[in-house]
Amino acid sequence: MNSKLTRRRFIKGVIFSGAAATTGAGVYLANAQNGAGTAERLINLNINGRTRPVDVMPSETLAYTLRYKLDLTGTKIGCNRGECGACTVLVDGVANYACSVLTHNVKDKAVVSIEGIKSVDGTLHAVQQAFIDENSPQCGFCTPGQVMSAVALLNSNPRPTREEVRAGLSGNLCRCGAYEHYINGVLRASRQIA
Amino acid sequence: MPSHDVMPNMELYQPVQVEDALAIADRLAERGWLVGGGQDTYGWLKDRAKSADALIDLSAIESLRGVRETADGIEIGALTTLSEVATSDLIRSSYSLLADAAGVVASPQIRNIGTLGGNVSQDVRCWYYRRGLSCYRAGGNLCYADTPQGMNREHALFDQSRCVAAGASDTAPALVALDASMVVQNLNGERVIAARDFFVGPANDIENTTVLRPGDILTSVRIPSAWANAEFYWEKVADRNVWDFSLVNVAAAFKTIDGQIEDSRIVVGAVQTTPRRLTEVENAIRGSRRTADTAEAVKELSTTGARTLAHNGFKVPLMQNLVKRAISS
Repeated sequence: MNSKLTRRRFIKGVIFSGAAATTGAGVYLANAQNGAGTAERLINLNINGRTRPVDVMPSETLAYTLRYKLDLTGTKIGCNRGECGACTVLVDGVANYACSVLTHNVKDKAVVSIEGIKSVDGTLHAVQQAFIDENSPQCGFCTPGQVMSAVALLNSNPRPTREEVRAGLSGNLCRCGAYEHYINGVLRASRQIA
Repeated sequence: MPSHDVMPNMELYQPVQVEDALAIADRLAERGWLVGGGQDTYGWLKDRAKSADALIDLSAIESLRGVRETADGIEIGALTTLSEVATSDLIRSSYSLLADAAGVVASPQIRNIGTLGGNVSQDVRCWYYRRGLSCYRAGGNLCYADTPQGMNREHALFDQSRCVAAGASDTAPALVALDASMVVQNLNGERVIAARDFFVGPANDIENTTVLRPGDILTSVRIPSAWANAEFYWEKVADRNVWDFSLVNVAAAFKTIDGQIEDSRIVVGAVQTTPRRLTEVENAIRGSRRTADTAEAVKELSTTGARTLAHNGFKVPLMQNLVKRAISS
């Protein structure tokens, strides 16, 4: 955390969060106001099927909340600029970069991170198992993001062509260059779930 | 210069109605920063290269989303995501030029949240400017890019005026080619601006890339049926197929009768701050066929007036070849 972000500034920040504002003109209709139209500092987040109350700064990114507030550190922060894909999560089923989404943007949505895709009994998702079987990852840092993009792709297109897989995972960098192995993994998962 | 990763502390407004957003934007004026998908915004803020007191997040305003048919074409809400634009049946069926352009912006994840309004309103690409240096565009009195040592391979060929940065939008040239218009609201009402007049170059306004001013919100984009189902050509050339900004792109539309070009729009992006419409080329090819000979004949005309910088000379033949392909493909 930024060392300049003192506790005082932190508290000042959260009381403005939630986005309702009162002025002489009245109360703005906002999507997270409480009964009085004043700010909501504590919001409920639906993460991996569980609704959890979280204290969220107004301009906090989802990646920050997941890693540093909820201890869901499977979501990696690579570039923190939407240029690498390591932080990819699903927001209402759509792949997004968690580093480039405000947490306050997802408070009415269902977020799924890498921790949330295995079965309740612990069975790995078909994509995870296929990545193991194909030796897809090398160093593994980009893998959570690759898995999430693959899950999003297979949810919308269960039988993709190799080119469609390439396009579907094109927003995820792998600096080891293991792209072909990831594509093999997605195609293997596709055969198993279809 | 320090580098940051966390967002700065800011207020956040999340109105769900346009009227409230307009009131907040008007009240905050320069202290507020409108956010659609935020994909251009967060980098500026994390880098501390620009700042504002408050974010005005428009993403919860449902009335600004979606594609509708109108009496004369279609209207696209400014908050419609680029993925939605790229896959919309209404757009694909008759205005595929725009869908093709939207479909190659940045990366899939960015298209999933980045909006059409944000894509046309994004700031120019220049690393000196984006690093927070006090250049002309940032209110200073020099340009770091247009120097013998400057890194200007991606910069402009035309209409430089102190600033030599190029516009980055892929959808902007397509909208100009389709004769689109932009619907802009503020507390005083609504104005409809032709896309070609929406974008402004540094000679007219060096600190802005569009006519939008504090208090204004781009609410929708209208595309008239005039160019529906025309013959379209879109191509983007970048160093990488994903994420990267165009080095040059071309958006073109042709109406032909018995194989002869009756009317056309040829618009090139990333060669100046604004989309560059090649009106002289359009006039020169009227009545001709879409052949290699026709294209070759306007090759030189297409880049007349280009002023190359130290490292962007390759953009001249690149632009000529893209224009030729657009005409003859």
